Amino acid sequence: MKPAPFAYHAPRSLADAVRLLTELGDDAKVLAGGQSLVAAMNFRLARPAALVDINRIASLDFVNSEGGTLRIGALARHARFERPLVEGVLGGLLPYVARHIAHLPIRSRGTFAGSLAHADPASEWCLVARTLDAEIVLTGPKAERRVPAADYFQGVFTTALRSDEIVSEIRIPLPGAGWHGGFAEFSRRAGDFALAMCLALIRIEGGRIAEAKIGIGGGADRPLRIAAAERALVGQAPDAAAFAAAADIAAREIDPMSDIHADADYRRDLVGAMTRRALAHALRA
Amino acid sequence: MTWVGRSLKRFEDAPLLTGRARFMADAAIGARAVRFVRSPIAAGRIARIDIPDGVSAVTGADLIGVKPFRPRLNRSDFTPIEQPILPTDRVRFVGEPVVAVIAETPEAAEDAVDSVAVRFEPTPAVTDFVSALKADAPRVHDHAPANTVVDAKIRPPAVEAAFATAAHTVAIAIRSGRQSAFPLETRGARADYDPATGRTTLTVSTQMPHIVRTGLADVLGMREDDLRVVAPAVGGGFGQKMCPTPEYVVLIWLARRLKGSFAWIEDRHENLMASFHSRDQAHTVKGAFAADGKLLAIDVDLLCNIGAYSCFPVTHGVEPLMAMAEFPGPYDFPAYAARARAITTNTCPMAPYRGVSRPAITLAMERLMDTAAAKLGLDPVAIRRRNLVATFPYTSATGIKYDAGAYREALEIAAEKVDLPGFRARQMAARAEGRYLGIGFATFNERTGYGTPAFAPRMMDVTLGYETVEVAMDPSGFVEARIGASPHGQGLATTLAQIIADELGVAPDTIRVIHGDTDRTPYGWGTFASRGIVIVGGACKIAAAKLAVRLRAVAATLLQTEAGKVELADGRAALAGGPASIPIAELARAAYHQAHQFKDQPDIGLSARATYDPDGTYSNACHVAIVEVDVETGGVRLERFLAVEDAGRLVNPTIVDGQVRGGIVQGIANALFEEILYDQAGNILTTSLMDYAVPTAAEIPPIEIHHLETITDASITGAKGVGEGGAIGAPAAVINAVADAVESLGVAVYEMPIAPQRLRALIRAATGKKR
Repeated sequence: MKPAPFAYHAPRSLADAVRLLTELGDDAKVLAGGQSLVAAMNFRLARPAALVDINRIASLDFVNSEGGTLRIGALARHARFERPLVEGVLGGLLPYVARHIAHLPIRSRGTFAGSLAHADPASEWCLVARTLDAEIVLTGPKAERRVPAADYFQGVFTTALRSDEIVSEIRIPLPGAGWHGGFAEFSRRAGDFALAMCLALIRIEGGRIAEAKIGIGGGADRPLRIAAAERALVGQAPDAAAFAAAADIAAREIDPMSDIHADADYRRDLVGAMTRRALAHALRA
Repeated sequence: MTWVGRSLKRFEDAPLLTGRARFMADAAIGARAVRFVRSPIAAGRIARIDIPDGVSAVTGADLIGVKPFRPRLNRSDFTPIEQPILPTDRVRFVGEPVVAVIAETPEAAEDAVDSVAVRFEPTPAVTDFVSALKADAPRVHDHAPANTVVDAKIRPPAVEAAFATAAHTVAIAIRSGRQSAFPLETRGARADYDPATGRTTLTVSTQMPHIVRTGLADVLGMREDDLRVVAPAVGGGFGQKMCPTPEYVVLIWLARRLKGSFAWIEDRHENLMASFHSRDQAHTVKGAFAADGKLLAIDVDLLCNIGAYSCFPVTHGVEPLMAMAEFPGPYDFPAYAARARAITTNTCPMAPYRGVSRPAITLAMERLMDTAAAKLGLDPVAIRRRNLVATFPYTSATGIKYDAGAYREALEIAAEKVDLPGFRARQMAARAEGRYLGIGFATFNERTGYGTPAFAPRMMDVTLGYETVEVAMDPSGFVEARIGASPHGQGLATTLAQIIADELGVAPDTIRVIHGDTDRTPYGWGTFASRGIVIVGGACKIAAAKLAVRLRAVAATLLQTEAGKVELADGRAALAGGPASIPIAELARAAYHQAHQFKDQPDIGLSARATYDPDGTYSNACHVAIVEVDVETGGVRLERFLAVEDAGRLVNPTIVDGQVRGGIVQGIANALFEEILYDQAGNILTTSLMDYAVPTAAEIPPIEIHHLETITDASITGAKGVGEGGAIGAPAAVINAVADAVESLGVAVYEMPIAPQRLRALIRAATGKKR
């Protein structure tokens, strides 16, 4: 439960951090909140030769919204999202989601961007980024890349992030008027990783669903949108029958992971139940 | 003023709450760090060990003359098994220590462990009952065919007759998953060699320092007086810290060999992998019932997976033999047959854990009762009412005497408090909304506070049981009570002081309880088996009463009266019915410093010693759980938990509540959350808190506790044991409630823990809903 030896760097600017990553190569890791990385190091499952601690880079510590985009800097901690940050559907939804993330000490330290860099399939923020079509800003030695969430997540702990890049910012387009959002998660204990969760957004126009975004986390190797379920919802009245049909599609479409807490059949059951509940929550919220 | 019965704040709490208490890791500071290379395979041979230059390490080959652990019962149905301190040829479970590595810091020790290369040649492993019991199964120990190391049987002829004539036979199969005692503080120890005296001190997080000293001295071939064992503040044990283990042997060996100080602090990963497990049992239960629901006979087959090795001093017989002897529980029935087997497998060894077999047998008996009730159209209260023992003393089907308890009263009060008819109405209404509520009862009794008379029939090499206490008042009038037992969270420093205070007529805060040091305390056993307040408390009462006789004699001389007329109360010795009195502190001063005045006394000073070695006394309780099952997820939400318990006299009601509540939380964990899992190859899958689901406060409902106080002469203080009951009754209450909630779906629940995944699988199978 003690990490293997490693070198430690604490740069003061993003440019210095990226330069260090470039010099140190594959064996260096970025330390932000450290809530996954340090635990993995203590288990010696991760043995980085060097840590580049970005906590002293003040320019990365921001959250703001301008021009219809929520911009989240690399040092924004989970706890910051427990209070409403924006108007509209995300105003209530993000705090609700944030409260499902681990426990208070972890939320006080861990970061939104760190969750995206780590890319645990059961991460709430990865699901938020994917469902809301976020853009992930990756800063490297040469330039900045903006990668759509759809391309960013590639598998369990696997993303488009290169070893000489830092997730410097996340940009989430704010949904406009008429959108409703809901979230449902099942975990064994309060604060545990989700065995399955769903973030659902629907836009209702004239009593019918005009647009839908159904995101599933914890179900497969990465957060997914269930396009077939979204299509099935469009044009329907937002009622229990439509939600149940969408939930069945989500459960069918998913390629579930299997572990000791949830085998594939169980994950399908949970994906279905969480989809239906997230949609019901969206209607209530 | 009397002190027993009052909720004094615990004397222990100030240092614990202010961070000043010294736990094992505090005591380890300054010693060289030891860490163990552990077997990554469940079964196999050690082909080669390579230790790089510059790394200090010890292997089994170095431990010349050190004997294996070989705990033993002297009975023909018991097969002893040996545990090498560090194996030289075979390994038998994942996590078994193989090489000890020494470094200056724990971090460096972990690096050094990484550098040691051990080549293992795996052989087939057995991890579960089914594969272990096959005739051609690989043998964990060569001399144990079918891996069976206890095979005990009782089969009186009356059982067959009862089944032949019974109106109903109910058969169920129960599975109790493997659990860890999971103390918040893991194991750990430090050994220091003293070159001045040649003695070694082992500071160790333990529940029983004296027997740990005996066990370690035996395998190391030491004189016991060369070894001092000290327990610092112990952050929970629950049974896991009873038995000496190989790690401690290595530390002492190193300290003596290298004449230095060596410490090992277990990490959580090691604790879950390699510290004693518990509870892994499978029962096949048949009950014969009369038409009116009266239980006539029980026939059980009890299988206990005891892991790869035994545990000193209680042995691997502890689980099967406890299960067999105590299975009849609180119910009155005449005919009982049982077969109880201990099965050795390539998994972490078992040791007692709070409740020892009784959580599993209570689950079995209570599921049997509910299953029979459903079959006979009775409600769960009615079938229990019909079968609970009502007249005392009672002799059980296994010949154990039950002193008086409040079995039926506890059930009736619980039923009234939860309003069973009202609940049924609410349950029906909820079902109409697609919500599934359930209620579960568990009634049980628990043998507590038993001494050598109860342990002797097990035919142990080491027969446990009595406790000795030395009580002494110093010249300033303050009292020390030196106890052989070693509390690890029970609050004995407070409760024993309350008992002693009442005998001596002094305030409890003038009494200090000394424990956890073999140099300072008389030989004794420890805190386990719900015995502390009964046996140590009883010994304190006797010793303090003896000391009170001395105080009265001193007072009689000073007050120029007869000892029989002296009363000790409120810190003074007073002449009965008169105004003359002397502060007890002055008596103490006189007893030591004016000794010439007390020539008629048998001894100088003020001290007394007593041993208490009772037969045991039965506590009892009725637990009730109300749950809601989410049938889509298999999730279980506990809505309410209630316990009506009778543990005799409450010495300190707040501490009793704490004991009951803590046990119930571990019982809820047992029923719904915690399970150690292995794969077929014997790899352990649950070695972090992510995978081993210890519940948090968020998962635990408010727990209501109601007390009954049946006082019997089986305990001289009137107190019965209360340490384990919470953990014994809660699992059955919760599982019965879950079963009740989903019964209407055709789902039958006979296992624990019932994790959401498993419950959902049962519901899916029963309701046949496919996507």
